[in-house]
Amino acid sequence: MSDTTITDPGVSEPDPDDGATLDEATDGTTLVDEVIPTATDGSRSDDGLDHLGLAHHTSTGLSNTKLGMWLFLGSECLMFGGLIATYMLYRNRQGDAIGPDQLWDIPFTSASSFCLLMSSLTMVLAVSAAKRHDDRNTRLWLITTASLGGLFVAGQVYEFTTFYREGLGYTTSLFGSSFYTLTGFHGVHVSVGIMMLMALMFMLSRNKVAGDKAETVEMIGLYWHFVDIVWIIIFTLVYLIPA
Amino acid sequence: MAIIERPVDAPATDGGPAVVATPSSSFGYLRRPVQTKGWRSWAFSVDHKKIGIMYGVTAMVFFIVGGLEASLIRAQLARPEGHILSADKYNQMFTMHATTMVFLFVMPMAAAFANYMIPLQIGARDVAFPRLNAFSFWTFLFGGIFINTSWFLGGGADGGWFMYAPNSTTPFSPSDGVNFWTLGLLITGVASLAGAVNLIVTVLNMRAPGMTMMRMPIFTWMGLVTQFLLLFAMPVITVALFLLLFQRNYGATFFSVQDGADPLLWQHLFWIFGHPEVYIIVLPAFGIVSEVLPVFSRKPLFGYPFVVFSGAAIGFLGWGVWAHHMFASGLGPISVSVFAVATMAIAIPTGVKIINWTLTMWGGKLYFSTAMLFAIGLIIEFTIGGLSGVTHSVAPSDTQQTDTYYIVAHFHYVIFGGGVLGLFAGMYYWWPKVFGKLLSETIGKWNFWFMIVGMNMTFGPMHILGLQGQPRRMYIWTEQRAGEGFFNLAFWNLVSSIGTVVLVTGVFLFLVNVWHTTRKAPPAPADPWDARSLEWITSSPPKEYNFERTPTVHALDEFFHRKYEDVGTGDQHEYKKVATGEDVIAEEVAHADAHIHLPSPSYWPIMLALALPIMAYGVIYHTLLIVAGAALLIGSVFGWALEPSTAPESDFDPPSDGGETSKELAVHV
Amino acid sequence: MTIDTSPAEAHDSSHHSSPPGTIHTEGGTHEGASDFTYVKIALALMVLTGAEIAVSYMDIGKAQVPLLLVMMAVKFFTVVLYFMHLKYDNVLFKRLFYSGLFLALFVYIVALLTFHFFE
Repeated sequence: MSDTTITDPGVSEPDPDDGATLDEATDGTTLVDEVIPTATDGSRSDDGLDHLGLAHHTSTGLSNTKLGMWLFLGSECLMFGGLIATYMLYRNRQGDAIGPDQLWDIPFTSASSFCLLMSSLTMVLAVSAAKRHDDRNTRLWLITTASLGGLFVAGQVYEFTTFYREGLGYTTSLFGSSFYTLTGFHGVHVSVGIMMLMALMFMLSRNKVAGDKAETVEMIGLYWHFVDIVWIIIFTLVYLIPA
Repeated sequence: MAIIERPVDAPATDGGPAVVATPSSSFGYLRRPVQTKGWRSWAFSVDHKKIGIMYGVTAMVFFIVGGLEASLIRAQLARPEGHILSADKYNQMFTMHATTMVFLFVMPMAAAFANYMIPLQIGARDVAFPRLNAFSFWTFLFGGIFINTSWFLGGGADGGWFMYAPNSTTPFSPSDGVNFWTLGLLITGVASLAGAVNLIVTVLNMRAPGMTMMRMPIFTWMGLVTQFLLLFAMPVITVALFLLLFQRNYGATFFSVQDGADPLLWQHLFWIFGHPEVYIIVLPAFGIVSEVLPVFSRKPLFGYPFVVFSGAAIGFLGWGVWAHHMFASGLGPISVSVFAVATMAIAIPTGVKIINWTLTMWGGKLYFSTAMLFAIGLIIEFTIGGLSGVTHSVAPSDTQQTDTYYIVAHFHYVIFGGGVLGLFAGMYYWWPKVFGKLLSETIGKWNFWFMIVGMNMTFGPMHILGLQGQPRRMYIWTEQRAGEGFFNLAFWNLVSSIGTVVLVTGVFLFLVNVWHTTRKAPPAPADPWDARSLEWITSSPPKEYNFERTPTVHALDEFFHRKYEDVGTGDQHEYKKVATGEDVIAEEVAHADAHIHLPSPSYWPIMLALALPIMAYGVIYHTLLIVAGAALLIGSVFGWALEPSTAPESDFDPPSDGGETSKELAVHV
Repeated sequence: MTIDTSPAEAHDSSHHSSPPGTIHTEGGTHEGASDFTYVKIALALMVLTGAEIAVSYMDIGKAQVPLLLVMMAVKFFTVVLYFMHLKYDNVLFKRLFYSGLFLALFVYIVALLTFHFFE
C-alpha cells in the first residue's frame, strides 16, 4: 500500500473505541477527548468506565508528534539553507590565508561521513526493532547509532583542530567563519541527537517512556536522519565540489 | 485540575471553592502544581485561554511602551531643531519603537487571539501541545523583557529595526544594545517557531467531527497560513541573528567589508524573513475582519473559497518579493525588474479580499458596532496603504521614495491601518466571550474615531513629507530645509505630531473602556452579536473545558445554521430564526460529556523559558551564566520529558461519596 | 466495553472501526522495507558515496559539478524516502517537508543569483 491521501473527515460521529492501548506521546500531546455517543432519544449512555484507554483521535488520523516533527524538519531546511548559502557565497573569500582545497583531507572526512551514513542504517534498525517490541535489539541499535554519531563528532573535532593548526581559525577569514559556523551548527545538532539517543535509552530501560515507545524511537530517528541528510549536502558542497 | 468528572445525573456547575489536588510523586524532581486559583494557576497553566489572555495583556503593555517611544520621536520632530532627543537617543528610539511594535505588540496580540480562539473555532478543548504553548508564552515574555532591559544597561539597540550590517557591527554600534536586540529576538523567535508547530498541528489534527478544512472559520484559516509563514520565515532571521551575534561577540567576519564581505548578505537574509513577516502581521487582522463583517452585515462572507485561497496565495507569493526592500541597494536592473513584477502581482490576491469584504457588506443589514467600525476602518485604511505600496513596486519611483517618510507613511497605513485596526476589531468583537462583559459601545465609538482621525493626521502628512524629501531616521530637520508653500515640512511635521496626541488619546480611551467595563458593566450574554461560528457555543467566558460536548459540524457557519433554518424555496435562501444562542448552548448542556480530560499544569514550561534569558545575559556579560542557563535548560528538558502530560489517577484523593463513578477532587480549604 | 454503532462489525484489538468518511491511516507503521532491504539500501548509499568521492578526484571538466550534485540528490532523497519512511507514509508529511525544502532551495538560489554566484 503506497501513499494514502488524506480525505476530510466528512460528517461522522466520533469513533467511540479506537481499540488502541493507553498511549500518549512523551511531549505535551495529550488531549484525550472522549465523547460518549448519545442515543437518539436524548438519553445518555454512560458505562461508567474511564475511557482513558483511547489514544486521542485526530482529524487526519496521523500522530500529533509525527506531524510536529515533520513541520520542524521543514523549518530546519530553511535554517541550514541559510548557513549553506552563506558558506557558498564566502567559500572563496579567504584573502591571503589558507583556502578550502589546501585544507581538506578527503579520505578522513569520507571515513567520518561513512560513520554518519551507517548510523542512519542502525537508526532504522532500531526503529524496526522497537516496532517489534524487541527491547534488546532496540537498545543495541540505539547504542550503535549513538556511538557512530559520537565517532563522527570526534572526527569533526579532530578535523577542526587540525585545520586550526594549519591556519584556519574562526576569525581568520570569511571562509573560516562560514565554514566553522555551518559545520559547527551541524555538529551541535548531531551532539543534541546523541544526547537524545542516550536519554531515550535511559528512559526505555527505566520504562519511563510514556505512550507509544516505537513512535518515540521513530521521532528521534527522523531527527537523526535529517541531521544525516544535511551532512550529505555539506559533504558534497563543501568538501567534494572544488572551490 | 486534570480530570473533570461529573456525577452522571448532576448538571454541569461552575465555580466552587478553590480546589487543590494532592500532589503526586512524579519521577521528576518537582511535583505537579495543583493550584486552581491565584497567580500560580496562571504561571503554571497550560490552558490555551489563560495563555491567550496573558499574551494579550503583555502585548498591550508593550503597545504602550512602543507608543511612548513613538511619542518621543514625534515630539522631537514636531519643531525644527528639536532638542528632546539627541541623535544617538533618537536612533535608539526608532529602533526600539519598531522592534517593540512588530515583535512585542502586533505579533503577540495576534498570538493572543490565535491561542484563545483557534481551538474554540475548531471545536477543540485545547491545542495539540499544551505545555509547549505555555513555554511559547513565557519565552516571549522573558525575551521581551530581556530586550527592554537594554534601556537600563547601556542603551537600546540603535541600528534600525532592520539592523543592517555592517552598520550594526561593533565598530559602528559599540554599545550592548544590538546584542540585547539580537539575543532577545533569538529568544522570541523560539517562541514563535514553537507556537507555529503547535497551532498547525492543532488545526490539522484537532478539528471537531465534521469540521472539514473548508468549513473552518476564516480567522482559523488565516491563522493557519500565518503559522506556516512563521514556521518557514523564523529560521531565516535566526541565521541572520546568529551571524551578527558571532560577528559582534566572537570575531566572525561575515560583515567585515575589508575582508571581502558583502553587506547585501544581511539584507537578503533579513528581508527573506522580513517580507513574509509583514503578512504574518496582517493576515490575522484580515482573518478577524472576515469574522466581524459577516456578523454585523447579517450576511455570510462573500466568496468564502476566494477568501481562503487568496489568503493562501498571499502567503505563497509573499516569498518571492523580498528584494523590493532592496531596490536601491545596487542589485542591478534584472533582479530589480523581477522583484518589481512579483511585487505588483501580490496586490491581486489582496484586492480579491477587499472585493469580497465589500461584497459581504453590500445588501446586508449593517449594524455599526465598534467592532464593525474598526473592520470597515481596516478596509479603507489598508487600501490606502496598499495603494502607496503599489507605487513602491514601480522601482524607478521607489528610488525616489525609498528612505523617505513616504515609506514610513506606507507601512504605518498597512501595519496600523491594517494590523492594529483589525486587532481592535477583534477586541471589541470577542471581549464579551473572553471576559464575560461587553465593552461600552459609547466609549468604543470615541475610541474608534480618535484613533482613525489620529492615525490619518499622524501618517497622512508623511506622504507629503516623504515626497518633499524628508529622510527617514534623521533625528532633526531644520528651518532652512523646510521649504515654503503648502507642502513645507514645518507645517506637516507639526500636524503629524499633533495627530500623535489624538491617536494616543484614542488608545487611552480604549484603556478607559476596559477599566470602565471591568468595574461597571453587567455580565454579557453568551451570544451578544448573534454570531456564526463555534466559539460562541460556550458560556461567556467559556468553561475551562470549552465545550459541554465536542460539537459535530454539519456546515460552514455551523452555529448560525443551528439558530436559523432555511425556509426559502429552490435557489432562494430565507432564514428564519428557530433557536437563540442560549437554546443551542442549552442543547449542548443537556448532552454534556460525563468525562472530560484536560492536560495538567506544569512547572517545566516556565522554567525552561527562564533558562534562555539567563544564557543570553551570559553571552553579554559572563560565560558562567551561559553554563548556569544551560544547566537549567537541560534539567528542565529532562523534567518535561519525564513528566506525563496528564497527571495520573494517583493525584487525586479518594471519592468523597465512596462511589466509583463520581470522583471529586479533594477540596482543601 | 464498546458501544457498537454497527453490530455487523467485529472489533478486534488491532483494527479500528471506521465510520464512513473518517481517515484511516496511522503514520504508515505497517508498510515499509524489511531490515534486509534497509541494509541493501545502506550498502547502495555507501557505494554511491564512494563513487562521489571518486568523481571528485577526476578531471572531467564541466560535467563534474552537475554529476556530484545529482549523486548528492539521489543520496538525499534515498534517505528521506526510505529511511525516513516518507515514501510509505501519508502524503501530507511529504507535502509539509517538501514545502520547506523547495522554499529553501528557491529563496537561497534566488539570493545567490543576485550575487551573480552562478557565473
